[in-house]
Amino acid sequence: MEFSLRVNGEARTVDVEPDTPLLWVLRDELGFKGVKFGCGVAACGACTVHMDGTATRSCIFPVEAAEDIEITTIEGLADEGMFTDVQQAWIDEQVPQCGYCQSGMVMAVSALLDENPSPTDQDINDAITNVCRCGSYPRIRKAIRKVISERGAA
Amino acid sequence: MASGKKKLTRRKFLIGSGVVVGGGLVLGYAALPNQLKDIAARHKGEGQILSGWIKITPDNKVTVIVPHAEMGQGTHTALPMMAAEELDADWDLVSMEEAPGLPEFANQPLGEGFIVGDKLPDILAPLINKAFYSIAQAMDLQITGGSTSVRFTGQYGMRVAGAAAREMLVKAAAREWGVSANDLTTEKSFVHHKASGRSASYGSLVEAASAIDPNPTPALKPKSAHTIVGTRTIKRFDIPGKVNGTAKYGIDAEVEGMLYAAIARVPVHGGTITSINDGAALAMPGVKKVCNLGYAYAVVADKYWRAKTALEAVEIDFEAGGNELVDSDAIFARFNQELATLELEYDIDEGDVEAAEGRLIEADYAVPYLAHACMEPMNCTAWVRDGVCDVWTGTQAPLMARTAAAVAAGLEPENVTVHNHMLGGGFGRRIHAENDYVAPAVEIAKMTGQPVKTIWTREEDMRFDEYRPAVVSRFAAKLGDDGKPNAWKNRFSDKREPAEAPLIPYGVSNQSIGFVRSQSHIKLGPWRSVDHSQHAFFTESFVDELAYEAGADPLEYRLSMLADAPRHAHVLKTAAEKAGWYSGVRAGRAMGVAVHESFGTIVAHVAEVSIGDDGMPRVHKVTCAVDCGEAINPDNIESQIESAIIYGMTGAFFGEITVQDGQVVEGNFPEYEMVRLADVPEIEVYIIESGAPLGGIGEPGLPPTAPAITNAIFALTGQRVRKLPIRNYEFSASA
Repeated sequence: MEFSLRVNGEARTVDVEPDTPLLWVLRDELGFKGVKFGCGVAACGACTVHMDGTATRSCIFPVEAAEDIEITTIEGLADEGMFTDVQQAWIDEQVPQCGYCQSGMVMAVSALLDENPSPTDQDINDAITNVCRCGSYPRIRKAIRKVISERGAA
Repeated sequence: MASGKKKLTRRKFLIGSGVVVGGGLVLGYAALPNQLKDIAARHKGEGQILSGWIKITPDNKVTVIVPHAEMGQGTHTALPMMAAEELDADWDLVSMEEAPGLPEFANQPLGEGFIVGDKLPDILAPLINKAFYSIAQAMDLQITGGSTSVRFTGQYGMRVAGAAAREMLVKAAAREWGVSANDLTTEKSFVHHKASGRSASYGSLVEAASAIDPNPTPALKPKSAHTIVGTRTIKRFDIPGKVNGTAKYGIDAEVEGMLYAAIARVPVHGGTITSINDGAALAMPGVKKVCNLGYAYAVVADKYWRAKTALEAVEIDFEAGGNELVDSDAIFARFNQELATLELEYDIDEGDVEAAEGRLIEADYAVPYLAHACMEPMNCTAWVRDGVCDVWTGTQAPLMARTAAAVAAGLEPENVTVHNHMLGGGFGRRIHAENDYVAPAVEIAKMTGQPVKTIWTREEDMRFDEYRPAVVSRFAAKLGDDGKPNAWKNRFSDKREPAEAPLIPYGVSNQSIGFVRSQSHIKLGPWRSVDHSQHAFFTESFVDELAYEAGADPLEYRLSMLADAPRHAHVLKTAAEKAGWYSGVRAGRAMGVAVHESFGTIVAHVAEVSIGDDGMPRVHKVTCAVDCGEAINPDNIESQIESAIIYGMTGAFFGEITVQDGQVVEGNFPEYEMVRLADVPEIEVYIIESGAPLGGIGEPGLPPTAPAITNAIFALTGQRVRKLPIRNYEFSASA
């Protein structure tokens, strides 16, 4: 079946089974390989994208429900060759190790900070439940704090 | 051994002196001019390769060719730092590329070390003992594991290569200018002749330099002259691509005309398919083929989701030789029984533990199987055609992947090309102990006749891992009147690598550490820090028990037995002082301490815990002191220690792979739970540069993590955790 999607500001059409998870559509039909497969059951967050600005785990989100929603992947977060302040903080704090979970982390954190510019530690703990097997968490928290303080100062 | 006893000497990482090995490395290339020419020919027109791993182009750019995989441990940056330091390169002009999976880029220092008689890092030994990895092929090692990159490839490879290349450039300039090399200096990728004011870029000298024989024993810089190594200004090369989705992992490989496969193993490890019903699957949309591999089956389709959906429609019968009746209780019962009945082998048997006198203290410990749970599930893309095979994957051992692919494809290794990618987690999983993801993918591709990307589901990845062994370990000690052990007796049920993992640093005159090699049908492999992960928990818990029995402070008790291990003592004291051990903790909390040496590095942790309202311990802070000899990339050392602590916490709190009806029960998160952001303690890392030989850093932070936490739990609750994971216990803070 054909589905019309809006991904990173562009209209795209895909021909897949209606129950196909958005993850595989984004990766294999549309080439957004930055969206990662981790668990397939929305338990790890590696596949996190924004759907109308909300952090959403795409591995259990059927493509048939994704029409008429503005989808943003990690590739669409910043203009090519540029980094958002969240991505820059990730570089400054040298957050990623293997890096496989970090697309999802960056997407989850970006959505959190857009919704709540000054989250408490508890807010951050509640919102960022993505798994990082390398344990980059201390640096993730540092980088989040850095963005919060920089945005507050701006 | 005839006596059944042997005494291990402490592992030596240096072979006599650095010179021999350093010579070995450079000679590895310099003494094999044809090989060097081969490499140069392959890179023709791309600049000159000097002394093996350093490529300099006329535009003065330096590329360091790194024969290790990047899995987050920072080796793609730390090794170029070591080469660039000795080369006196301008760091802004330095980049890296990963060496292709070819013998020319094999891990020569490892191979050399092996050939000249030193011990390879033990993690590698079982691999090369496999039938098709003969000792003669040890020179083909190109492995990332055993915390070896910096301390072997870096120390004996990159530093020597950088210094040798610098000498070649200086000699070339001296010849060109007709001056003495002694009058030349180098700085930031230029050679200078102060007297005449002449300068030349490395790029302009490189062609002349490449005609000069590399000096196998160049002088290395003193630490005081370092401007790159040991600084905190260097940012890792691989990070920008990991924050914008452009980093390419194995799962991201794209090959024209590629199909997708979903794979399922026979549910019981080691079982074999006896019949397969694939009719329904073959009729489903996009399905091209159903492959019966005997030990597994796979559906190949034009889209992954179609392959995965159709896989669920395949039915099999299988035969598992009785293993389908085995569960976790039976496995542990077998370990305990075999510990009592099988003949022991010994790591150490000194003095007479039976005759020694003192108050007998005994305790039995156990740890379960653990999965690696790399964030990137296993996957491999393969294409077998016209007598050649290409493999796209993420591997810690490209040459072993090449061999595995060659066997699966029925080709010679020379006809297999491994395209290595970033690894979405390694931790030992991608070392191919059982060749369990490259080989099946190649078999599937061969049966299909087209390029196929095979992706494991998380459930398949978790249920068919190569697990950290489950082990039981029993202790008996005899405490003298001073409270110190006169005898240390340890018996455990599984032995892998490294051999010294169960040894204790403490001065105990009668020691007997023996083991049996108990088996189950569950497949095993190296898991971050290998045997250290279980033995540090065992030994550092039991010594804590002895301290309690002696009525002594656990820290002082350890220190009192470390007269002959001053580095251990210093690391312990540092961690304790920084943690505030002597000033005490706030009400409702307690501290626990543990120290352990692994891969040449000594790490002590002090963990501070409380018990939450839910009865589960909460770790508030881990203070770590680490003596890795010298800090190459300090920021990355801290990062790796944080990582190892958190990986170790996941294992300690949650990690447990169980077996029922012969099958692994846990298949996904959160059933196999991970530490998440909310669980992470404050972590402070103190690096001690003792000047001892370089130690590894990817693994040594892990082993003391679990015992530091469980010792703190004991201090707080009086409850001793003797079988991990912690979450199987209930605690109350009021002991």
